[in-house]
Amino acid sequence: MRVGYYPGCSLSGTGRDFGESMNAVAKALGIELCEIPEWTCCGSSSGHMTNRLVSIALPANVLLKAKKAGFDQVMAPCAACYSRLASAKHEIETSAKTKAEAELVLQTKIEGLPRVLNVVQLLAQVSDTIASKVKQKFDQTVACYYGCLLVRPAKITGFDKTEDPVEMDKLVAAVGGKTVDWNFKTECCGASFSVSKTSVVARLGAKIMKDAVAKKADAVVVACPMCHSNLDLRRRDINQRLEQKTDIPVLFITQVIGMALGLPAKELGLGRHLVRVKFPPKAATQAVP
Amino acid sequence: MSRVGVFVCHCGENIAGTVDVASVAKVALDMPGVVHAVEYKYMCSDPGQTMLKDAVKEKKLDGVVVAACSPRMHEPTFRRTAEEGGINPYQCEMANLREHCSWVHEKAPATTAKAIDLVRLQVEKVKRNHPLKPIRVPITKKALVLGGGIAGIQAALDIANAGNPVLLVEKSPSIGGHMSQLSETFPTLDCSQCILTPRMVEVARHPNITLYTYSELEKLEGFIGNFKATIRKKARKIDEQICNGCGVCQQKCPVKKIPDQFNEGLSNRAAIYVPFPQAVPNKPVIDLENCTFFKSGKCKACEKLCPTKAIRFDQEDQIEVHDVGAVVLATGYKTMPVANFPEYGYGKFQDVIDGMKFERLASASGPTGGAIKRPSDGKQPEHVVFIACAGSRDRAKGVPYCSKICCMYTAKHAMLYQHKVHGGKATVFYMDVRAAGKNYDEFVRRAVEDDGVKYVRGRVSRVYEDNGQLVVKGVDTLLGGEQVEIRADMVVLATAVQAQDGAEELAQTLHVSYDPYKFFAEAHPKLRPVETNTAGIYLAGTCQAPRDIPETVAQASGAAVKVCGLFSQPELTREPIIAVVDRQAPPVFSNCVGCFLCKSACPYQAIEEEPIKNRAGDVMKTVAKVNPGLCQGCGTCVSACRTKAIDLQGFSNEQVFAELMSI
Repeated sequence: MRVGYYPGCSLSGTGRDFGESMNAVAKALGIELCEIPEWTCCGSSSGHMTNRLVSIALPANVLLKAKKAGFDQVMAPCAACYSRLASAKHEIETSAKTKAEAELVLQTKIEGLPRVLNVVQLLAQVSDTIASKVKQKFDQTVACYYGCLLVRPAKITGFDKTEDPVEMDKLVAAVGGKTVDWNFKTECCGASFSVSKTSVVARLGAKIMKDAVAKKADAVVVACPMCHSNLDLRRRDINQRLEQKTDIPVLFITQVIGMALGLPAKELGLGRHLVRVKFPPKAATQAVP
Repeated sequence: MSRVGVFVCHCGENIAGTVDVASVAKVALDMPGVVHAVEYKYMCSDPGQTMLKDAVKEKKLDGVVVAACSPRMHEPTFRRTAEEGGINPYQCEMANLREHCSWVHEKAPATTAKAIDLVRLQVEKVKRNHPLKPIRVPITKKALVLGGGIAGIQAALDIANAGNPVLLVEKSPSIGGHMSQLSETFPTLDCSQCILTPRMVEVARHPNITLYTYSELEKLEGFIGNFKATIRKKARKIDEQICNGCGVCQQKCPVKKIPDQFNEGLSNRAAIYVPFPQAVPNKPVIDLENCTFFKSGKCKACEKLCPTKAIRFDQEDQIEVHDVGAVVLATGYKTMPVANFPEYGYGKFQDVIDGMKFERLASASGPTGGAIKRPSDGKQPEHVVFIACAGSRDRAKGVPYCSKICCMYTAKHAMLYQHKVHGGKATVFYMDVRAAGKNYDEFVRRAVEDDGVKYVRGRVSRVYEDNGQLVVKGVDTLLGGEQVEIRADMVVLATAVQAQDGAEELAQTLHVSYDPYKFFAEAHPKLRPVETNTAGIYLAGTCQAPRDIPETVAQASGAAVKVCGLFSQPELTREPIIAVVDRQAPPVFSNCVGCFLCKSACPYQAIEEEPIKNRAGDVMKTVAKVNPGLCQGCGTCVSACRTKAIDLQGFSNEQVFAELMSI
């Protein structure tokens, strides 16, 4: 399978481990991730806060480049990049006026934009392959944290139950892991307040971590570099708010799958986390007769 | 030469706002056969009608074209006026300049040109009209009421009290509907059962009402005044004549763990059961899915222990066919399944319940005897949060309409809770309080001011569980959008009112139109609220739209009056727009060759075979004949006829071709 790959900015910064594990897992699964030639910024939050047309034209430009390079699917690992690309495509395809405006600024006709996927949607397409390649069962209980932009808005992302998504849970189950039923699957992590007002992230993150630990999860699994950095990088601030300190790691879904596929920790960037990736020792399991 | 008059209506701004009515009238005057053409602001008003009437007399008109709204709206009005002017009512035709022109086009010369064409068509048609006489058909003065909730009960009683026989059909084992499940009713807090059960008994005892519980309408054929209803009486598996309702069978039945629908699953019932103690009829029914005998062929405990030997395991469904003259639909509503709200945790949290469950908790006849106890552990909740508009007015995840009853019943619930749990705290999250009704707003104020219910204006984004306690997370928009988190013991969702399951299929069976949300559509939203577009079928209660008890009862009485009005006539006059088969003098007798393709084409079984005999009684030819009582004038036979021997009165081939040729 050949997919247009849009790494975005965060995968060379805070989400480096996400990018590394993404590439390692894709290689192991036989997915060819081809970086879109000359990709540009998706506009990010500042784009749609400043100018609506910019927030549509920038991602549309990326998708046009992907189309020109012959991709019918584009995968953006960062949830915010995914959201921007998918929203732009949706807006252009549902409003003739928006389409005309975008065509005017981009000086080209916009037809047949490629499909936009996030990591979870891409891996869900090959979940059978994943299950068949498991070398070492991921024998942990985790809390899948979807955050905001991976599933919302429902009419753009096409997720069934925006308030109670299960797609990531299914992937964890495919590699032998267990997931907990918890309350903060789609609650806000504070997003970019991480930089401007860290106390907000500490307050919101504290709720998320507290519930995950209360539900006896050994790790939180995410598919967004922003979620990851807020729950991992800001753990010290989070723990200051909690009576009971938390030390469970935050893993990318690609890292979870990579571990199950038996890929080396280095390739998965497991050493880059601030909260050390370790799991509680298991009680000796009985050998299956 | 014809003398046609054309009357162009402005319909206020409706037509005149887009169509140049003056030039329509001016051009019409030059059409061949037209001797009179005028325009007027409201043709349907008294001056408008008088104008038409006088013109017919003074100008000696023999045909009239009213260019106004849809004939569905005012054709009967103008035909009557034309008749008062002294011509046959079927010499009056309508050109639909509103629905077919002004409402669907923008103001432009082309719109006016289309309006002129529409008038021209009707002028050509009316010139070829023949005087017709309405068809008279008998009326079966017996009504069928579908649904035994408060709407059906009220309609049945009103029709029966006027002296007409009524068949009341209810699909569940007892009449009473949702109202029988309610605790107290707003805005007076009188007990629902106390006001409803006497009516239920009255229905059962009324000499003019035949009650069919645990029954369903299978088929409805025919037309106004002459319907044929097929009713399936489902087998209760007991002999209702012998059973005395003693209840021994319910006590002795070994299967006892079936969630009780009447108590919304808050208690259990047996496999043979009476839905509730005040049920009418107070006769049990065997639940075939759960009865041990029907599952494994063993048990028969009820049969052995029944003191009157009334159990009939071999009883079969019965089909009965009845002639009825009118039908009242009162099939009610359901509420949105709470599983639709993952953000409110339903399905996971036992203490997040819907309004109907709360009614059962608050009801004196409910599983807790009226004490407010939460379902999970039976504890008395100290803080209850009520969430209004769960699914209503929510275009993204629910329905866009207002469910109308929730603001009032939520205020009632909060009030009842405060009355029953002293020192308890009730909080209501709302969008805005819609309490339009007699004594309604006063009732809500009472909840707030006298009973201390806390109203928070804002939406709830999530309900979750923390350490075994529910946490309600929402926003208080009157406090500058501040986020609030309330730790509650129980959460009550005011879920949206929706059309009953199967409403769409029923509407299709009865040829009744319905809206996008499957509520049955009234014939006119303001002026014909209890009638459907199908003559002889009327509406009562929540099958049409969400509404409360007072409104439902008023509408049911309205529907009953319509039925009684219909039954008060000695016979029914029907539009003579029916198909006729050509007949002529011997030796041809008729163009019909007797192939009877028309007979197989007719959807109403209106075509019969008629032998034409000579004086000696020998059959000369067998031809088709249209039964004027059954024919609906659809014209299917006309297009099927190979020899053009069938024509539609009022829409003859000649007329339609003349219309087409004129443009």
